[in-house]
Amino acid sequence: MLSTIVFLPALGAVIIALFLREPRKIRFTAAFLTFVVFALSIYVFAQVDPSQSPSPFIEKYSWIPTMGIQYYLDVDGLSLPLVLLTALLGFCAVLASWNIQLRVKEYFIWLLVLETGVMGVFTALDFFLFFLFWEVELIPMYLLISIWGSGRKEYSAMKFLIYTITGSALMLVGILVLYFSSPARTFDMLQLAESGAQPALLTSQAVFFLLFFAYAVKLPVWPLHTWLPDAHTDAPTAVSIMLAGVLLKMGGYAMIRVSVNMFPEVASSYSWLFASLAVINILYGAVVTMKQQDMKRMIAYSSVSHMGYVLLGISSMGKIGLTGASLQMFTHGTITGLLFLMAGLIYDKAHTRHIPDLGGLASRMPLMAVVFTIAGLASLGLPTTSGFVAELTVFLGTFSVWRVATILGVIGIVLTAGYMLWMLQRIMFGPEKERFAKIGDATAVETVPMLALVAAIMVVGIYPRLLLDVFSAGIAPIIGRLG
Amino acid sequence: MRTVDLYYLSPEISLSILAFAVIILDLFVQRKGWLATVSLLGLFVPTALTLALWGVRTTAFNGFLIVDEFSLFFKLLFIVVAALVILASQDYVSKFPRMQGEYYALVLLAAVGMMLMAASGELITIYIALELNALSLCALVCFLRDARSSEASLKFLLLSAISSAVMLYGMALVFGLTGSTSLRDIAAGLVPLKRLLDEPALLLGLTLIVAGFGFKISTVPFQMWVPDVYEGAPTPITAYLSVASKAAGFAVILRVFYIAFGGMDLDWGMLFAVLSAVSMTIGNIVAIAQSNIKRMLGYSTIAHAGYLMAGLASVSALGIGGEFLGPSGVLFYLGAYAMTNLGAFIAVIAISNKTGSDLIADYAGMARRTPALAFALAFCLISLVGIPPTAGFVAKIYIFNAAVQNGLVWLAIIGVVNSVISAYYYINVVRVMYLRPAASEEAVPSTMALRSALLISVAGVFLLGILPGPLMRLANIAVSVLPVP
Repeated sequence: MLSTIVFLPALGAVIIALFLREPRKIRFTAAFLTFVVFALSIYVFAQVDPSQSPSPFIEKYSWIPTMGIQYYLDVDGLSLPLVLLTALLGFCAVLASWNIQLRVKEYFIWLLVLETGVMGVFTALDFFLFFLFWEVELIPMYLLISIWGSGRKEYSAMKFLIYTITGSALMLVGILVLYFSSPARTFDMLQLAESGAQPALLTSQAVFFLLFFAYAVKLPVWPLHTWLPDAHTDAPTAVSIMLAGVLLKMGGYAMIRVSVNMFPEVASSYSWLFASLAVINILYGAVVTMKQQDMKRMIAYSSVSHMGYVLLGISSMGKIGLTGASLQMFTHGTITGLLFLMAGLIYDKAHTRHIPDLGGLASRMPLMAVVFTIAGLASLGLPTTSGFVAELTVFLGTFSVWRVATILGVIGIVLTAGYMLWMLQRIMFGPEKERFAKIGDATAVETVPMLALVAAIMVVGIYPRLLLDVFSAGIAPIIGRLG
Repeated sequence: MRTVDLYYLSPEISLSILAFAVIILDLFVQRKGWLATVSLLGLFVPTALTLALWGVRTTAFNGFLIVDEFSLFFKLLFIVVAALVILASQDYVSKFPRMQGEYYALVLLAAVGMMLMAASGELITIYIALELNALSLCALVCFLRDARSSEASLKFLLLSAISSAVMLYGMALVFGLTGSTSLRDIAAGLVPLKRLLDEPALLLGLTLIVAGFGFKISTVPFQMWVPDVYEGAPTPITAYLSVASKAAGFAVILRVFYIAFGGMDLDWGMLFAVLSAVSMTIGNIVAIAQSNIKRMLGYSTIAHAGYLMAGLASVSALGIGGEFLGPSGVLFYLGAYAMTNLGAFIAVIAISNKTGSDLIADYAGMARRTPALAFALAFCLISLVGIPPTAGFVAKIYIFNAAVQNGLVWLAIIGVVNSVISAYYYINVVRVMYLRPAASEEAVPSTMALRSALLISVAGVFLLGILPGPLMRLANIAVSVLPVP
């Protein structure tokens, strides 16, 4: 079942590459397959009891016996919602790509391969397999940005590639040292966590930071974030959705799964560093966001700010904080996914992303205006949206540990409210402009992902236990190790 | 000499017979396409004989020749590489007005030389095998008979001769100290010396031998010939040089150092670790500036010699089953690298057949002109970077794992940082193929032979990337014959 979820998109890519020619058929195949993946992941989500480990869907086979490498897929409370998120956004991304006209076939091939890579990262529990999927995502992403992007797309794509590959190169050394140090010579991530990583060749601090660096690039943590605004801004809409929605989560997920879970002592002793970096992320991100004139660049910087809350939650090293961080990952995925979707749709119709050029669009596109506003409000943490629950949980978790950092973090919310509302006002409201007299509202195909994401935001906002219980069950064993 | 010794030598003998048969056949047949077919089909004989010998561990001709899984592993590798090179040459060679038979015969004779290199247990035999290989290749390099090709060949000849002379001098010193040229006897003769630094002559001898081998495997600082020769030689021969010749060099180094110098109380592993770090760094950095793809792959091969030497440096790393991880890593890496680099070169051959250019800039728009070729080349380049799901990814992890297990974390870090640097110039070719508009919309045709050779190598790259287990096991068996250092 999990293998199907992971490899169905890749299989789709092969089918498209070999058999399909017509753009229409390619689109429908991609949409159908990603929908199946989504349906399957809902099924898995409903079936798995997150407090049980391993889950009934575990797949564990010996793969490369000479190195003790296993093909080991499983889900637990921590990864389950992220699998669901990836499936949801994967489907939305295909629908958001409906209007792609350039090299359609290649585009959908790479988009589907990308989904396989991300899915694999969230389900793999063998470190080698995890690393393999972590790397698989690079090339599709590079090509998607550099071919179908806009602006300085080649520069941005190469920057993304070099940043990520540097991180993962160092991570590889860390993984190999961990492997060498484990008494059983295993890449099994759960076993490595249980045996307590006591690296033999390097200090555990050194190994911790070798690994952490890769995740910090991905999350991204200031000052390693500079690839993000470029990549997000220049990527095509669907790729921005995937990038902001799930690729950043790989960083946060790995921080919890690897950094905290395998190195509880080191992580605790450096939690002051994470809290400080988190505050810089939140405030610096928010201040820079205010200055942006480009709609996508603005949302990109707001991501830097919002991923700061994930790091802040992690820095608490406590149950509530970690749960909040995980929930923030999920909610940020849906909210920012939706924001990028809206930005992409507006760009499609108005042919500009320059905020001062826009204005008064609400009367031309009422539905989109409403959805965009919901997304914006969710992003600033309005109650009944998922953004509120996630950020509140993070603050509840961190306040007792890092009081000043939490207070500074809350200021970030105020800034978010400032730039979000200001952006909405400048784009959607104000006097109507002559040049936008002809544009219309979202089409049916475009409405589906919009509504799906709104639903996800509202459902989690109104009934957060749906995810909170799952996450906290997944976090529980990690808390046990933190002591 | 015993009669059975001939049986142990049968892969080499049959391959030599095949080479001469091809030359003679050249005199009689009009359709020269038959030559390639005969060479290819003929390769099944040495393959079968090699496979038949699998499991035998013995020496022949008074210990001059070693038959074991280690040499058989390399023999199979050379046969596969030679077959792919012949397959990829067909098109290229059919343009030569004369001497097509000699071309195939020389390819086969070079393979004989390399097989002997991997199998010899004695310094003189190693030297002769090395010369057989080098002279055949030298003749092949100048086959285009234009200015560049001749220059490349002359350069190759001269530097090869110098390196041989240097190596011979080193061998002579070792012989003088130990009274034997047989690797085992050298090891025995070295026992009383034990410490290398006590005996400057031995240190000098060892250094000179390393210098001679360094030329073969194209490591820094013996890499000067690489870019020019790679650029000037016929492309299939460049591929042959970069893959097989290098593998043979590593086979000899492993054999000589593990058997003859294994007992030395000296960390020669550290010597290779330093060479490794320097070689990969220089290779990768210089490769960035190249505008000719053959030159770029030339520098890339210097870098890969560096990665491979990380395996040589990992002398004391043991795997789960107690196998030598370092040498096993070298063998696996050579297999993976052979598939990857051959794939890349075959794609280059196919493209330059049409465009007549090896400039990276002329690869613009190849993704549109020939999607399959472009994808194959991109896939091989990604494998050279070490991104999954490719053979290069697993090979790099395997060999860096050996380095870490040996405590050489610094070398592993230099290695992975180098992979990042290399990503820049490999991906640059992908970028040009996929992003730059094509100069013309003309399709790039390729022959059946080229396509099948490319398909085989790309399939190999992919399969080794997802199912590396069997080759790793083979490599483990092969290195299990090496004595504990």
